[in-house]
Amino acid sequence: MEDRGVAALARALQDRRLSSRELTEAALARIGREDTALNAFITVTPELALAAAAAADARLARGEGGPLTGVPIAHKDIFCTRGVATTCASRMLAGFVSPYDAAVVERLAAAGAVCLGKTNMDEFAMGSSNETSFFGPVRNPWDLERSPGGSSGGSAAAVAAGLVPAATGTDTGGSIRQPAALCGITGLKPSYGRVSRYGMIAFASSLDQAGVLAHSAEDTALLLEAMAGFDPRDSTSADMPVPRYTAELGRPLAGRRIGVPPEFFDAGLDADCGARVQEALAVLRGLGAELVEVSLPHLALSVPTYYIVAPAEASSNLARFDGVRFGHRSKAAGSIEELYKRSRQEGFGAEVRRRIMTGTYVLSAGYYDAYYLQAQKVRRLIAGDLRSAFAKVDVIAGPTTPTPAFRLGEKTGDPVQMYLNDIYTIAVNLAGVPGISVPCGFARGLPVGLQLIGPAFGEAAVLNVAHQYQCATDWHRRQPPAQPAGAAR
Amino acid sequence: METTPRPVIGVVGYSSNEGVFSQPRVYHARFPKRLIQRLFRVTLSKRDVHHIAHLARLGVSEEEAADHLAKLSRILELVDQLRQVDTRGVEPMAHPLDMAQRLRPDEVTETDHRELYQRNAPAAEDGLYLVPRVIE
Amino acid sequence: MSTGGWEAVIGLEIHAQLATRSKIFSGAATAYGAPPNTQACLVDLGYPGVLPVLNAAALRLAVRFGLAVGAGIAPRSVFARKNYFYPDLPKGYQISQYELPVVQGGAVRITLDDGSGKTVRLTRAHLEEDAGKSLHENFHGLSGIDLNRAGTPLLEIVSEPDLRSAKEAAAYMRKIHQLVRWIGICDGNMQEGSFRGDANVSVRPAGSTQLGTRTEITNLNSFRFLERAIEFEIGRQTGVLEDGGRIVQETRLYDPDRDETRPMRSKEEANDYRYFPDPDLLPLEISEAAIEEVRAAMPELPDAKAARFTAECGLGAADAALLTASREIADYYEAVVAALGAGQARLAATWVNGELAAALNRDGLGIEAARVDPVALAGLLGRIADDTISGKIAKEVFEAMWAGEGGADAIIDRKGLRQITDTGALEQVIDQVIAAHPGQLADYRAGKDKLFGFFVGQVMKATQGKGNPAQVNGLLRRKLGS
Repeated sequence: MEDRGVAALARALQDRRLSSRELTEAALARIGREDTALNAFITVTPELALAAAAAADARLARGEGGPLTGVPIAHKDIFCTRGVATTCASRMLAGFVSPYDAAVVERLAAAGAVCLGKTNMDEFAMGSSNETSFFGPVRNPWDLERSPGGSSGGSAAAVAAGLVPAATGTDTGGSIRQPAALCGITGLKPSYGRVSRYGMIAFASSLDQAGVLAHSAEDTALLLEAMAGFDPRDSTSADMPVPRYTAELGRPLAGRRIGVPPEFFDAGLDADCGARVQEALAVLRGLGAELVEVSLPHLALSVPTYYIVAPAEASSNLARFDGVRFGHRSKAAGSIEELYKRSRQEGFGAEVRRRIMTGTYVLSAGYYDAYYLQAQKVRRLIAGDLRSAFAKVDVIAGPTTPTPAFRLGEKTGDPVQMYLNDIYTIAVNLAGVPGISVPCGFARGLPVGLQLIGPAFGEAAVLNVAHQYQCATDWHRRQPPAQPAGAAR
Repeated sequence: METTPRPVIGVVGYSSNEGVFSQPRVYHARFPKRLIQRLFRVTLSKRDVHHIAHLARLGVSEEEAADHLAKLSRILELVDQLRQVDTRGVEPMAHPLDMAQRLRPDEVTETDHRELYQRNAPAAEDGLYLVPRVIE
Repeated sequence: MSTGGWEAVIGLEIHAQLATRSKIFSGAATAYGAPPNTQACLVDLGYPGVLPVLNAAALRLAVRFGLAVGAGIAPRSVFARKNYFYPDLPKGYQISQYELPVVQGGAVRITLDDGSGKTVRLTRAHLEEDAGKSLHENFHGLSGIDLNRAGTPLLEIVSEPDLRSAKEAAAYMRKIHQLVRWIGICDGNMQEGSFRGDANVSVRPAGSTQLGTRTEITNLNSFRFLERAIEFEIGRQTGVLEDGGRIVQETRLYDPDRDETRPMRSKEEANDYRYFPDPDLLPLEISEAAIEEVRAAMPELPDAKAARFTAECGLGAADAALLTASREIADYYEAVVAALGAGQARLAATWVNGELAAALNRDGLGIEAARVDPVALAGLLGRIADDTISGKIAKEVFEAMWAGEGGADAIIDRKGLRQITDTGALEQVIDQVIAAHPGQLADYRAGKDKLFGFFVGQVMKATQGKGNPAQVNGLLRRKLGS
């Protein structure tokens, strides 16, 4: 595994033991072999990747390489990429070619990373299983009958299967941490405002945040250092310096106070998952951390709160997809009203339409106060819980998901069952704080994730604890079996 | 618990000019909570579904409307939990960031890229986006 | 004012396009008249992934307006999304301000034709973005969408329903127009749509304190149309009510060709805009210091200047109002007074409002294009003040100056228009005139006083109008009396 990770590859590239061209060609070949089974990519861009690799090799030859120069990555297909199809896994944007690059894409390119392509996801990031993609579900490399989680399921599956050492994702209610947990990799959602949202197609603007899916906390720290930072094009980007996260990783855990909320270990938590998380907590205590009970009394309200706030914002954010300036336009439209209704009916999948409907309803006349305003008040209560907890502890630990990966099709019948899967991750988005999921063992052969949550802009602490845990364990080095070549599902 | 619930005592705010939804708003309930929930469970109608779909400019077939009705009702059941939360005196939280809006200097930084931007347009002519005739 | 037992209640929403270089949330240009969609950037087009960032100048101009009308400036205001679908609205929502606008309250004083005044209260003024334009011609049954205007900063100025007639409404709109141009926040160009209004009109029985159902007449882009549209609408509503009918709350359009209002088809259904705070923008906070900075840069306002002209220069209210109709006129006038001396402020006012205004009017020019600049005009008026020429001759000199023949002194010299003030020379002329008219002299001396005017006329004729009138009078009286 050591040689699969970003840090190791970057060292090999800088030492000229490996060229970016070799690495990129190998990765492209592996995608060609294995992605038929996984469906982790929507678009692969071999020509652009090889050109970027050649440029990276030239820079490395001149000794000008940075920490990511020549390292292959993939972007979730929610990030706009200039001259490359950007679909958000929706029929609405099938054929859309972005005229500009997202800030995250720019920054990683500037750091020398080589983009291999765009990964599959739930349509417009709305989903927790990757089954809402217009381009078909992604499969979990640990069990092809199971979901990799979502919405950044393509990125998670691609990293877990070793198709690419790291990938970007976005997390609105758990969309990085949950698939990272279900695929046995490391996934970080930074604080709201830490990474620019410019060029990231919006789902719920007050919750969306771009982050990293990789093998380890160290790799994650390397990518975050390149991605994070102030961007004047995003009014919600924080004008704060970016710490050297990698420099903080080695700090011993002695004296770190880790909060454990009993609400994370409720009746809904799978017993095997709970056991793995308890074992992980024991490891942290063994490393010198002090475990402290903290309470998050409003945690259970985070799901209903989220399913008001997120659909409300989404209903408005997705109004721009009207078939006029870009995106799908119905061929059967005689009037402007028909053009809107048919284009949006045909262009959006069922879950996206459902969320637009929910959001429209909760904002509509007579319902705003009872739903939207009330949700915003409860949101403050939830954020207040976390704030109070962080007065006592440095990070909070718990499970990432209530269960390991579920079967494809298992939860598609009832949206609420699917939504409840996000119970442990959503509060983090509502409060805008950072959270990471790291692999902490297996339940019935499927990966389990440990979630570590920090205070706002406390990524360094979260990455430090995650890294120390990974120094003491090897769950993050476990690999799923290689996928049979060309085995289309 | 009374066997014959007295209708709508302590339930106010059902107002036809607030919208066409069939759901009354419960402000003050003197009945046991469970009874109130049973009486005033979210009862979305198909008409409501069509109205919401129209506001959102989403076409819906009759079949889809039935599915929407079932699933939206489930979702509203979930989110209705919030109505019981006491939030008196709590400031709504619109945003996780405790920062103020930043200002941009008044400078023209954009140049004309019409041709590039209109490559994604379903229909454009003479630089204009074309749509079926709009009536004012 | 009541209309046959009915009273109209009117409130206006005026949209003033703020005079910024770039748009309110993007770096695209706001210049008028560019080819379609060449000034619509990704943000203006509502492209996926792009985000709004507020233009500092738009905020500054909104605050300037607030201070000019004595309004409160909200230390914290919020941008909201107004959600609706229309092809010229790229994002499917307009970024506006809803619950917490930046400018709250305020008032302006309007003057009506009969000289009476009235205070009109403002409810609020808020920042928002403009939409694009739908063009309906020449696209084979299709409409063409031009989004150049999308994202242009607007200040929506909302009045209380304090207006009671179409004339008051027009006077109020003129007042706001004067003010926004005066403080430089809007070019006021109504043809280009930079300044336009919506009128909310209702009628009620005179003496009633309850409001009737109102209609909104939208997109009125001239003072005359506003007045005509409201006039029509008051008549229409009164007619409906007198016939026992009911007014339907609706949005109407004014058709200037038919001089009538009619319902807008696109706004037939009730709106449900689903306002909520825009999560792409953070609360707008304005510090006391920032407000003070805007206040410090505020020019003297037209009402204050008019009052000062009245008090310091002794002008009448009508003259002072004319001189403060626009900042350019006031600046011109003050430049004349500065060059001429404060003692001649009334002379300057008479000329700026008289000869100069007439000449501008005749040639269809604004004062910024006046062919005689303030210093040159002061030069001419100085020659009146020092008796070099008479007022009558001055008009002739002014025309020559307007025609580009040079400065006042040069024209006076070249044309020999200088007044004759030499007593000896004048006496010589008077003696000749008297000698030539012995009959009239005899009649005058016999008591026909009216003939004095005849002699003045003859002397002026003999001097080609150049005799100093006061001196001529004095000398004649002495000579005829002897």
